[in-house]
Amino acid sequence: MSRKKLQKLTDTLTKNCKHFNTFEVECLINLFYKLVGDVTERQGMVIGIDRNTFRNILHMTFGMTDDMIMDRVFRGFDKDNDGCINVSEWIYGLSVFLRGTLEEKMKYCFEVFDLNGDGFISKDEMFHMLKNSLLKQPSEEDPDEGIKDLVEITLKKMDHDHDGKLSFSDYEQSVREETLLLEAFGPCLPDPKSQMEFEAHVFKDTDEFNDI
Amino acid sequence: MGEALTKSAQWTAAGHGTRTLEITPLNEVILKEIMMFVESFIYKYPQEAKYVFVEPLEWKTNLDPSAFESGYIVSETTVKSEEVDESGQPLLFLSVPHIKIRNFGQLSRLLLIAKDTKLKEAQACIEANRDPVAKILGLDYNTVKEDTSTVNILDKITKDEDSESEMKMKIAMLLRQLDVHLLNHCLKHISLQISLNPTSVKNDIELLKNFSGKGEQTVLESIDYTSDYEFSNGCRAPPWRQIHGEICYVLVKPHDVETLCITCSAEGVFLNGGKTDDEGEIDYERKGELYKDLVTFLKEKSAKFSENMSKQGIKFRNAQKKEKEEPTNELPEKEEAAPVQKAITLEKNQINFGKSQMTKRLEPSLNWKATVDFKDRNLLRDPQVEKHRGKPERSGPPVLCGRAQLARKSTEKTEEIVSESSSESEEDEEPSDHRQEANADLPSEYWQIQKVVKYLKGGNQTATVIALCSMKDFNLAQETCQLAIRDVGGLEVLINLLDTDEVKCKIGSLKILMEISHNPQIRRNIVDLGGLPIMVNILDSPHKSLKCLAAETIANVAKFRRARRAVRHHGGITKLVALLDCGKSSAEPAQPSLYDARDVDVARCGALALWSCSRSYANKEAIRKAGGIPLLARLLKTSHENMLIPVVGTLQECASEENYRAAIKAERIIEDLVKNLNSTNEQLQEHCAMAIYQCAEDEETRDLVRLHGGLKPLASLLNNTDNKERLAAVTGAIWKCSMSKENVTKFREYKAIETLVELLTDQPEEVLVNVVGALGECCQEYENRVLVRKCGGIQPLVKLLVGTNQALLVNVTKAVGACAVEPESMMTIDRLDGVRLLWSLLKNPHPEVKASAAWALCPCIQNAKDSGEMVRSFVGGLELVVNLLKSDNKEVLASVCAAITNIAKDQENLAVITDHGVVPLLSKLANTNNDKLRHHLAEAISCCCMWGRNRVAFGEYKAVAPLVRYLKSNDPSVHRATAQALYQLSEEADNCITMHENGAVKLLLHMVGSPDQDLQEAAAGCISNIRRLALATEKARYT
Repeated sequence: MSRKKLQKLTDTLTKNCKHFNTFEVECLINLFYKLVGDVTERQGMVIGIDRNTFRNILHMTFGMTDDMIMDRVFRGFDKDNDGCINVSEWIYGLSVFLRGTLEEKMKYCFEVFDLNGDGFISKDEMFHMLKNSLLKQPSEEDPDEGIKDLVEITLKKMDHDHDGKLSFSDYEQSVREETLLLEAFGPCLPDPKSQMEFEAHVFKDTDEFNDI
Repeated sequence: MGEALTKSAQWTAAGHGTRTLEITPLNEVILKEIMMFVESFIYKYPQEAKYVFVEPLEWKTNLDPSAFESGYIVSETTVKSEEVDESGQPLLFLSVPHIKIRNFGQLSRLLLIAKDTKLKEAQACIEANRDPVAKILGLDYNTVKEDTSTVNILDKITKDEDSESEMKMKIAMLLRQLDVHLLNHCLKHISLQISLNPTSVKNDIELLKNFSGKGEQTVLESIDYTSDYEFSNGCRAPPWRQIHGEICYVLVKPHDVETLCITCSAEGVFLNGGKTDDEGEIDYERKGELYKDLVTFLKEKSAKFSENMSKQGIKFRNAQKKEKEEPTNELPEKEEAAPVQKAITLEKNQINFGKSQMTKRLEPSLNWKATVDFKDRNLLRDPQVEKHRGKPERSGPPVLCGRAQLARKSTEKTEEIVSESSSESEEDEEPSDHRQEANADLPSEYWQIQKVVKYLKGGNQTATVIALCSMKDFNLAQETCQLAIRDVGGLEVLINLLDTDEVKCKIGSLKILMEISHNPQIRRNIVDLGGLPIMVNILDSPHKSLKCLAAETIANVAKFRRARRAVRHHGGITKLVALLDCGKSSAEPAQPSLYDARDVDVARCGALALWSCSRSYANKEAIRKAGGIPLLARLLKTSHENMLIPVVGTLQECASEENYRAAIKAERIIEDLVKNLNSTNEQLQEHCAMAIYQCAEDEETRDLVRLHGGLKPLASLLNNTDNKERLAAVTGAIWKCSMSKENVTKFREYKAIETLVELLTDQPEEVLVNVVGALGECCQEYENRVLVRKCGGIQPLVKLLVGTNQALLVNVTKAVGACAVEPESMMTIDRLDGVRLLWSLLKNPHPEVKASAAWALCPCIQNAKDSGEMVRSFVGGLELVVNLLKSDNKEVLASVCAAITNIAKDQENLAVITDHGVVPLLSKLANTNNDKLRHHLAEAISCCCMWGRNRVAFGEYKAVAPLVRYLKSNDPSVHRATAQALYQLSEEADNCITMHENGAVKLLLHMVGSPDQDLQEAAAGCISNIRRLALATEKARYT
């Protein structure tokens, strides 16, 4: 890509992104192109990070393990739902992912947790997300018993309007009361340590960033 | 015998007069013992056997006259003994079926004659003679009078030494011995049958208490209940232990072994696990063999106890042997009382015997009082002993008895005990474990918490966070929830979470720990589980919110000594001090995220934790070394109230140390303390005042307080008396500040003195101590004395003289003494009998009080009208004062010398104290190096010279030579007093010689040149006396 084009792209994206400065955007763009590889841009062909590469990044860099959550994070990034993350989705997604305000993060997390996208986190969705969260005790007759109970506990804690499911406002209220509940149903944000490492790496010097 | 018969023997309930002894094994034993005694009497004590009873023993006998043989004049229906008394009456007279016997010899013989039927005879005799002792020895010797009887006997014996009394005494002794013997038999008998009950245990303990105390003679050093509260059923054990039949717990300190904590239960007596030094709770676990009663138990455990117990018997036997040469072998009263006491115990036993079948199973008392006074209880404990007793395992879950605890035991060092500051003791006393209570009725929260903890244990990060958040929703301020978390094993999990890398889990866990660590038991558990080192490590975390939470939790946990030590040993103090170092970048983070907190909060939490930690001396040092003082000083300049309280709190706590006070002055902290006195926050005001109180020992600091305008807010805070803690702190600050004259003037200006006088009534002691202290300082000035009198301050002050608080008494005596300088006030004091009260305080056990009272007496004696008469009116008062010269406390001695100086101004009193030996006592003190004592001693000597041959006596007791040496002292007041004393002594020629020999003349010549006129005069007078003597000798030589 030409320098001029890169400059232009950086400027546009920086304008639309409040959490990164120009330098940081440039670094991230460079990283993006490193990740997609040397595919020359062709008309009609979308350049982007595909699901597998992205999941790989989430796993390797940010230590995420839950397949379903990673999938949801990918969807969260992939705003246009075309199966790959283009450069502007990348920058926007990361700005929330790394630097988002509490509001942005809440919105992002809720979207991740709302598996079917109907605006509510239902009991089933919760169950789905929490089903691996407890150690299976061989002694227990119904292994799902604990999960169901956990869902009830969560609901009791977060379902403020008592309709048996979490709306965004339920979720928002709960998180404002207790920020620990931001990632209530699974880690979908980088933990502070890997975030720092990532930022240190990426924003230090683009040339040295060859590992990812 | 008397007690045994009246109290132990089992009489039938049949009507009066004709009551007979039941045929029971117990009675049989008693009878047999009596018979053996009587039968052998004639051989063992031939002398006593001849003694004629005061009244004959009469009963209906079944014996046939024919059974009597030699030595008797036998007719058909009568038998007369050949043995007769002085008036010719036969000593045995049988007129069928009545028999009268008048001495032991005949009784013995009768039993021999009766052979097979002797048991019946003995029974008949005892049935008919319900009080044989009275008949034998006369009513005076009737042992029914219990404990006093023996003493009476002894009195009698010692008064009239006639042979009959002597004989009676011996017999009385013998009978008593029998009595004891019988009772012991009964006891054995009874104890075989019944289990212990509250009354018998109580009596045993009361009995032992009577025999306990200091000294070699006592059986025990002390014996005390662990609990003062007695339930309606007589038990002292808590209800849940009563179910197990436990009656009470006693702490016994025998002479030769360390304190034993003993459980008395219905089954018997055994050693329990002892009192834990932390909560003052008893470990109920049985730790030793079961004994049938307390005495048996103690005999087994303490050789000294059994030795002293058996001495009773030995003494009696000794008494028998020595009888001939030493008929009035007096035993200590206590020893005498023993059998009697025992008998009482037994009596109760007997009474309960019938009931015990029904009441054997003790019913737990329902009106259980949870608030037993732990402080009181603690007073009974010997702290040293406590320390050495290991902490026993608890009955709770394994949470508590892990390795941590064992490790702690070994690290507990005496060094720490000494190094802790005094504020420690009270807070270390914390309510006992209520675990048992919870078992009774578990609240629903318990089960819910158990479930949540289950998910906490078995969940991944997500589930853990949910569980933590859910747990936070319980009312964590409630003790049931706090203890439930612990009891279901939640504490371990929470602490384990702190060791993970999951920041969210750590935050959640700390949020809960912070809440529940308000509970003293939980604090201890957290420390036992090793939570502190982990939390200290978290202080290094890059996340500020984590730092905050960890510091705040440490602040809660470090409320007791062991925790504070743990914080220090793991380097926590340095890290906490580092937390204070914030606020350099005043810019707050742009977006406060999950893990960030404001710098101010970090510093606040750090200060909170330091505040808690600063209660230990070693931590104060550590804070100082870590550079905490400048940081605290900087934080003090901020205006966040939340921050200021812990900062000032820490400073206040640390200001007990000299180097802190210096640093506080150097860092210009006083200014800020004064500034914050004007805050609206009561707590902040309190701590500021407290800090000023601590620091104002130093004169410069007192001036600083004044210069920064601190006196006015202090004075105005006096008007608000609702908050007693603050009032105590404020009055304390005023007290210390009023040590400077300028400050007193200011206080008078602010009308503080009037307010202080008002505070003399209806205030807690902490406040009173300070108020009185302040008044004592203020009254050093004339205007204030008048003011105090006019405000009616004298009366409440004098009233306070009857208190018991040592600190208060020291201050009150000082204040009263200061007031007494004023003749008009003195009249009031005298009218209120204040001098007598002061005088009686000379008997107070605390030397400080004694000294202070003696100082206060000086102006009283000076200013009272007719003081000589007043002093004489105190019966034994002068003797008391003179005897105080035997004290080994320099301050007491100095003050008493001063008092004697004043007393001796009255000739008659001087005569009295001379009779009480004041001269040798004063002379003995002469070899002192203490200038204060020298000063007052010399004055006392010079005053005491005015009577009789006291001058000569001082010389004889070698007081003169040391006095001469006083002249070499550097204290001018010593010089003057000494010169005056020497002048008085030099009226006596021998003393002049001693002075001359000790080089007094040269020293006195110096003194003549002194600007002090009195000194000049006294020195010159002395020299002239010496010179005159020399001239006289010369003259004598040449004529």
